[in-house]
Amino acid sequence: MSQALQAQLPVLQVVIPLLAAPLCIILRRRSLVLPFATGVCWLTFLVSVFLLGDVLEAGVISYELGGWAAPWGIEYRVDALAAFVLVFVSGIAALVLTYAPRSLNDEIPASRHYLFCTLYLLCVTGLLGIAITGDLFNVFVFLEVSALSSYALIALGGRRQALPAAFQYLVMGTIGATFILIGIGLMYQMTGTLNMADMAERLPAVEGVRTALVAFGFLTVGIALKMALFPLHVWLPNAYAYAPSVVSAFIAATATKVSVYILLRFMFSVFGLEFSFEQLGLGRALMPLALAGIFVASTVAIFQRNVKRMLAYSSVAQIGYMVLGISFATATGLTGGIVHLFNHALIKGGLFMAMGCVMLRLHSVDLDEMAGLGRAMPWTMAAWALGGLGLIGVPATAGFISKWYLIQAALEQNSLIVAVLLLLSSLLALVYVWRVVETAFFHEPSARAREAREAPLAMLVPTWVLLGATVFFGIYTRYSAGVAEQAAEAVLRGLP
Amino acid sequence: MSGFVPLHLALVIPLAGAVLIALFGRWPNVREAVTLATGVGLLWFVASLLPHVLAGATPGVLLVQLLPGGLSLVLRLEPLGMLFALVASGLWIVTSLYSIGYMRGHGEAHQTRFYVCFAVSICAAMGVALAGNLLTLFLFYEVLTLSTYPLVSHHGTRKAMKGARTYLGILVTTSVAFLLLAVAWTWVLAGTLDFRVGGILAGRAEDGILLALLALFVFGTGKAALMPVHRWLPAAMVAPTPVSALLHAVAVVKAGVFTIMKVVIYIFGLDLLTTTGISVWLMYAAGFTVIAGSLVAMAQDNLKRRLAYSTVSQLSYIVLGAALANTWGVVGGSMHIAMHAFGKITLFFCAGAIYVAAHKTEISDMRGLGRAMPITMAAFLIGALSVIGVPPLGGSWSKWYLALGALDAGQILFVAVLMVSSLLNIAYLVPIPIRAFFSKPADGSEPPRFREAPAFCVAALSFTALGCIVLFFLADDVYRLLVPLGGG
Repeated sequence: MSQALQAQLPVLQVVIPLLAAPLCIILRRRSLVLPFATGVCWLTFLVSVFLLGDVLEAGVISYELGGWAAPWGIEYRVDALAAFVLVFVSGIAALVLTYAPRSLNDEIPASRHYLFCTLYLLCVTGLLGIAITGDLFNVFVFLEVSALSSYALIALGGRRQALPAAFQYLVMGTIGATFILIGIGLMYQMTGTLNMADMAERLPAVEGVRTALVAFGFLTVGIALKMALFPLHVWLPNAYAYAPSVVSAFIAATATKVSVYILLRFMFSVFGLEFSFEQLGLGRALMPLALAGIFVASTVAIFQRNVKRMLAYSSVAQIGYMVLGISFATATGLTGGIVHLFNHALIKGGLFMAMGCVMLRLHSVDLDEMAGLGRAMPWTMAAWALGGLGLIGVPATAGFISKWYLIQAALEQNSLIVAVLLLLSSLLALVYVWRVVETAFFHEPSARAREAREAPLAMLVPTWVLLGATVFFGIYTRYSAGVAEQAAEAVLRGLP
Repeated sequence: MSGFVPLHLALVIPLAGAVLIALFGRWPNVREAVTLATGVGLLWFVASLLPHVLAGATPGVLLVQLLPGGLSLVLRLEPLGMLFALVASGLWIVTSLYSIGYMRGHGEAHQTRFYVCFAVSICAAMGVALAGNLLTLFLFYEVLTLSTYPLVSHHGTRKAMKGARTYLGILVTTSVAFLLLAVAWTWVLAGTLDFRVGGILAGRAEDGILLALLALFVFGTGKAALMPVHRWLPAAMVAPTPVSALLHAVAVVKAGVFTIMKVVIYIFGLDLLTTTGISVWLMYAAGFTVIAGSLVAMAQDNLKRRLAYSTVSQLSYIVLGAALANTWGVVGGSMHIAMHAFGKITLFFCAGAIYVAAHKTEISDMRGLGRAMPITMAAFLIGALSVIGVPPLGGSWSKWYLALGALDAGQILFVAVLMVSSLLNIAYLVPIPIRAFFSKPADGSEPPRFREAPAFCVAALSFTALGCIVLFFLADDVYRLLVPLGGG
């Protein structure tokens, strides 16, 4: 790769999907638009892999958009954490879209496929933009790009419930975005800059001022809403449950993770560890919410009949794990939180993809209908079981690695109770996972399950790739936990 | 003797066997031949490791570097693991023979799934036996739980599902909530999880914390069935009898007590336990389970349930040996892993044979059965006497060493516990074959005519019964294998 091209990688990361999105409308024909969008996603993934390689080798990359120098122009800034998020978001985006065609045919009218592709690419653009930018206002812009497109994507769901679900998400998401915007506005008012690094330098001078505290509050609540931190999670279960299968898989794997990334960026890179955690005690506020989220959402998940809804509640619980890791504000805790971003993205993405296979053959994701499905769809359900083991945190799956770090973090701080609660919570996961496994493999088949066939290979292969990756990253952790450790250290060091 | 020893073959062989069994599922004869060939191959490999151990070597294999911080999955050979691996792989062959007779004689469904899961379970048992650190042990411990679940729920009936749920629930709950916590805590305290002679925890924490840690280990290892976490074992008796025989008399339960033994010897270290006295409470807990398990066993009329409670009681002999934390105790406890395995598997084989041939599960129905099944009942008597600990049967040696260990530790009370337990064993085991031979059927009908179980079953149970006798004479060799465990 030429030097010149390599220098432009950061902007290409965002511009490629951004420009491809309207092209989808021009292409319009179904047979063209899906392969085109898939190709674009894989290209984006390739770019992110190169970026990660560069960052791991040469350290932080700073890119001046349009050649305008940093405090005035928009800066794209890629450190280990950002590159890590870019890789898994773009990777999952590509994999999900590769899996999508058969499922889309079944769930979305063919005449709207070009719209789906446009929205999907916009959503990818937004999520990648959030991760890559070093500019506060730019974060808000990309957040809205991804959010607006995901409202529309969810509304594409075939059932009527998809519309209220999308509307609920729209209302809650907008409140969250507004809070974030207010927070950013107040900070701009205080410091006169929007560049993150610049602001991190100027903030200490005005930290005591009440405006800074108010900004901090608005941002925390806004981001908590976006990442569905308990008790601000109410928009999530319906949105995930009634969205088209493909959309559920993509959004569940990426959207909330990117919001957690925003939390990390604001609280550590901009406000700084000392202000957020030592002065304001953010950790003490987040930890109880995280633990409550883990327990309440896992318990609610146990009682769901709709398996997609169950997975959605499980997502709320898993967000709790990530936030718990962050709330320790130690290297181990952060590593656990960050590596769980990645691991859970793989696991939940894979599980929702398996549910897409079930939806295709069964036209239902009801637990009762799935009775005995292990016989008709052994590969799909085996994949599901594998992902389930990851959710529980069985050793040799990715979920175990995250949990191991989190327990370490708790024990390092002598909070035995948190360690015990963490372990007990995996038992709740065991219950809701095992309910499905037992129903699918050991119960008499339902009428629909008897007639079902195995899902097509075009869907099974991507599902297995993602869930196979959960086992791979449960054993070879150099590129998950290893990178997460680097990212955590970088985040703790602060920006400049 | 040094150099590279490919320990991972002990995992690869049964795993490859599992794959082949699945592939050949359509041809039962080929499938069973694969099972037997795998078993022979595994035993041959495990036996070839013996010279290394006797020479005092502890070869290791790094499977994978798990976390950047130095956490890895390692296999390492040492005497205790050697014994467990030998027992499990040896009895697997016998059980496979028995299963062929039992599963066919009984016309069971899903036989391919059964044999595949069996092979995977043995793979996990090998992993437990050869684990070089706590994390590896924990990994295979969990694999063993998950791979035996389909075996326990094999019949798929409501009752089987309920039993399997109890099984999985208790084993996973205890291992995740307590054992994993203990492992993580050990890592934080000691900075390593390796099994080292003399332990890794000495001087790393206060006595109170060590005591809590020991409790977490002991109750986290639900497979050791120390009361009150023993309920899964009777629940698991819904499984087909070969499963109960190999897994719930040998592989699974022995993996539990093996874990406790490993933790006591290589994580805490015997010196640490004797100087601080933090394992005294464990002696009482084990002693209680020994007596209580026997008492509950007496009240059971279902033969398999009686045997299950007998296992609960016998497992605590081994825990007691570990808690005594001296050479005699550790050697006696470890030896009991092998001795009890042969005795109890014989009893389970007999229970299964009676079920297949005479369709009887309740002890009260078994009067006068000796006429019909003389070989089975004679084997039952031998197995029972070995479990009780009567010479010239293997079980007598392990009890002898345990009693010596109790005396050595100055715990006379536990010598008494062992004696009382032996009496109780006599009371609930011996009447079964005696009444089978010398009583008439309860309903006054004529004793049934000669009708033994399928030949495969009879051959298997005769073999293990003979094993009980042979082990009596091999005790010295086992002793020499195990004595390095006592330190030195």
